[in-house]
Amino acid sequence: MNFLDLIWLIPLFPLAGAVLMLLVGKLLDPQPPSDVAVAPGVGQSGACAPHANHAHHHPGPLQNLIRLICPGMVLVSFIFSAGAVWQLAHLPNRLHQVIQFTWIAAMPFHMANGHIATFQVDWGFLLDPLSSVMILVVTGVGFLIHVYATGYMAHDNGFYRFFGYFNLFIFFMLMLVLANNYTLLFVGWEGVGLCSYLLIGFYFHKKSAADAGKKAFIVNRVGDAGFVLGMLLMLSVLGTVRFTDVNAALRSGQFPVEAGYGVLTAMALLMFFGATGKSAQVPLYVWLPDAMEGPTPVSALIHAATMVTAGVYMVARSSALFELTPVAGMWVAGIGAFTAIFAATIALVQNDIKRVLAYSTVSQLGYMFLALGVGAYWVAIFHLFTHAFFKALLFLGSGSVIHAMSGEQDMRYMGALKKKIPVTHWTMWVGSVAIAGIPGLAGFFSKDEILWQAFSSPKGSTVLWLVGIVTAAMTAFYMWRLMNMTFYGQSRVKPEVAAHVHESPAVMTWPLIALAAGSVLGGWLGVPKLWTIFGGAFRLFPRWLAPMFALAGSETEHPASTEWSLMILSVAVAAGGISLAYYLYSKRADIPDRILARFRPLHTVLYNKWYVDEIYDFLFVNGLGKGGGSAMAEFDRTIVDGGVNGAGWLTRTSATLSMWWDTWIVDGAVRFTSFSVKLLSYPACLLESGRVQTYALFMLVGLLAFLGYYVAR
Amino acid sequence: MLDTVLFYSFAVLVLGGGILTITRRNAVHSAISLIVSLLGVAGLYLLQAAEFLFAVQIVLYVGGIMVLFLFVIMLVNLDDAAKVREYNRQWIVALVAVAAVGAELGYFFHRGAASFHIAETAAAVPVAVGNTEALADSLFSEYLLPFEIASLVLLVAVVGSVIMAKKRI
Amino acid sequence: MHPVTTVHYLALSAALLLIGTVGVLTRRNIVVILMSIELILNAVNINLIAFSHAWHNVGGQVFAIFVITDAVAEAAVGLGILIALFRNKETVQADEIDLLKW
Repeated sequence: MNFLDLIWLIPLFPLAGAVLMLLVGKLLDPQPPSDVAVAPGVGQSGACAPHANHAHHHPGPLQNLIRLICPGMVLVSFIFSAGAVWQLAHLPNRLHQVIQFTWIAAMPFHMANGHIATFQVDWGFLLDPLSSVMILVVTGVGFLIHVYATGYMAHDNGFYRFFGYFNLFIFFMLMLVLANNYTLLFVGWEGVGLCSYLLIGFYFHKKSAADAGKKAFIVNRVGDAGFVLGMLLMLSVLGTVRFTDVNAALRSGQFPVEAGYGVLTAMALLMFFGATGKSAQVPLYVWLPDAMEGPTPVSALIHAATMVTAGVYMVARSSALFELTPVAGMWVAGIGAFTAIFAATIALVQNDIKRVLAYSTVSQLGYMFLALGVGAYWVAIFHLFTHAFFKALLFLGSGSVIHAMSGEQDMRYMGALKKKIPVTHWTMWVGSVAIAGIPGLAGFFSKDEILWQAFSSPKGSTVLWLVGIVTAAMTAFYMWRLMNMTFYGQSRVKPEVAAHVHESPAVMTWPLIALAAGSVLGGWLGVPKLWTIFGGAFRLFPRWLAPMFALAGSETEHPASTEWSLMILSVAVAAGGISLAYYLYSKRADIPDRILARFRPLHTVLYNKWYVDEIYDFLFVNGLGKGGGSAMAEFDRTIVDGGVNGAGWLTRTSATLSMWWDTWIVDGAVRFTSFSVKLLSYPACLLESGRVQTYALFMLVGLLAFLGYYVAR
Repeated sequence: MLDTVLFYSFAVLVLGGGILTITRRNAVHSAISLIVSLLGVAGLYLLQAAEFLFAVQIVLYVGGIMVLFLFVIMLVNLDDAAKVREYNRQWIVALVAVAAVGAELGYFFHRGAASFHIAETAAAVPVAVGNTEALADSLFSEYLLPFEIASLVLLVAVVGSVIMAKKRI
Repeated sequence: MHPVTTVHYLALSAALLLIGTVGVLTRRNIVVILMSIELILNAVNINLIAFSHAWHNVGGQVFAIFVITDAVAEAAVGLGILIALFRNKETVQADEIDLLKW
């Protein structure tokens, strides 16, 4: 079977599942008649619980069909993806393009340089090392999360709706990563945004969920505007949007490396602005923490493992562009580093288990952009890959905790859960070790490589490295703060909840175990160069991606001792963070309160997320939206309306004059003409009575005349 | 002698029926008068040795068309029509014009009796076969095509009148 | 008393024709107008039969048959129109239907 030519099928399987679910899903999973009345969260204080309506909704027998179809579709996609990637590895150039048809027919237009180009967009799919990593992550991790969700969402209303959206998301995500041009990528880009909106607002009866969905959608639109502008600029400058053509044009040497701000830099920055929206970077990260209003599997799949990495993928895809624009790269690295440390500070003090993970995600995405900015594209993708495992694991684990706690998300009411939910604990333990950066697990390899590249790459700097390592320390701290508050120390569980804390069913724990295995093993595909005792198989990842980023990886030489010392330092920092968290939250639980008392202003600022939402509200929502609105209204009333009214007055005056002229002169002439015509036509009108008998009489008169002729002759 | 008596009595039927047809206020009375007139015409056919046409006239006109007329009269409410003016405003003009045409025709008869020689009865050529047979011979050989066309016209008329009379097509 | 000749028939035919014409031109009721048309057509038939008899030519009778055929068709269509007209305009008065002008 030639999977390579069948890659266009890969997105269609989830699409089929989505169409089936959204069209006939309701038949398979009958809803209770009072859907609204028993909606989760309504009438329950702050509980975004999947079980709030436990007693109300029992799954029908046909629900099992949904359980089979939806994850099954993703599994089939995964098998096709794996087959295609396997065959791709045997191609000499590791690039396979399937163009099915022309989607937007050729339209000639003038490029910026005056040449005529044709704008044509394929419906085409491109499989190369970069997209192969992405489709494996999307379908593989996506499948595990689908399986998990069949357990997690079992008692929820709208089971079929959830899986319909979920499959639709996988479809759009696969379109995004398999597209062979920016325009088709944009289709997937918008599609995942749509699914994200639908799933964040899944509990649409809850105002906060609906608002979060809208927020995500609107903030993403801001970024998308940048992406579209970048795409159009690219079209104007390069005349094409197909990846292979764009890369060939940019690498042809036709465009020199831009020293300062130029056209290519503008293009790159606009695209990066789009990425900040989708991948939750400063300044557009604000939607991601709120997106946790959605069900936890959604947070795991969309807002941790796949969709939010679309920006990283897109920037990596445009590596040829960013190679030519060092200034844009600087911005990317700077914003990435700033986002990483900024989000980490917020994560330090949050109490909602999912919010900690959300800010952690923002922070880790910052790492990825840091790597992209310094030109270490493969490292960014590598971190994307490992992060997909351990962050999906952590989210699903937190979902399992929430499941066990009957919907409680506040870590202040948890503690000492280790014994009660052992599988969840151990898998989350693996995930936390992985994200903290302890050697041997996935997070260490990718994060350490990022730190090293930030330090050593020609575009890197000590400052970036310093930010990175501080963030690493914070990451270790807040993750182990989470672990300690949740699983260790004293139990602070509310008594009414404590009674039925239970481990999740197997359908939820097995995906956790699988992801934990991935979190351990995933990193071994890209061990540091220094670990020479390991063979080439352990450097598979960089070698696999090498053809993608031809210009990348031109590192300056650094002595091995430097790298060793930095590596040891980062491990030490991570270990320090873990120990500190353990000491503060398990051993001496009184200390955090004292620290809090001393640094209350700082804590308040951090706890309130640096007041960024409030600032945005003030600046944009109220400032631009409402204040700007009233300013615009004033402008409208005085200037615009004044102009309009003045023009109106002029028009009226001239119209009055014109009307007089019209009435007496023009109409007079017309009326005189018509009157004279009428006068002349009056005899004829008499003949035309419209009565048939009159006409018959005329016929008879004609006969009379006819006969009269013969009489007279 | 009998012919003459019959002719004049039929002529009285025809003209009397015709005049009553156009002067009766009630449409049903008009229709009955028309039947009388048509029966008179049928009698004239018989006098002229057109037996087949006599049968056709009785069966088709008196039996068919007149029933159709009466149906329509019953279908269409003519009670109101019976109460309003019977003649339209142009009746004087029309009557004068018709009288003029009649005068012209009379003049033609007056002159034509001498000049057109239509009064002379042609040499009595005895018809070899029966009248109906001769008519059929002629109709189905010499006039076959017009006959078929006439049947087509009838078909079109039937379809057309159904369409016109139906409430919804 | 003169013997009955073709001219007598022609005169009768002409008289019937004029009666029918008067009916068509002066009556307001469309049903009666249609009847008057039947009178006119019968006048034509008398004419045809008279000549057919005079000249011993059966063609006149054939034409009379065609005229009758046309009369039937005309009556059918005319009455159909009348019904449609009555349904839409609620009138059978010919001079009240005068939209076809100017």
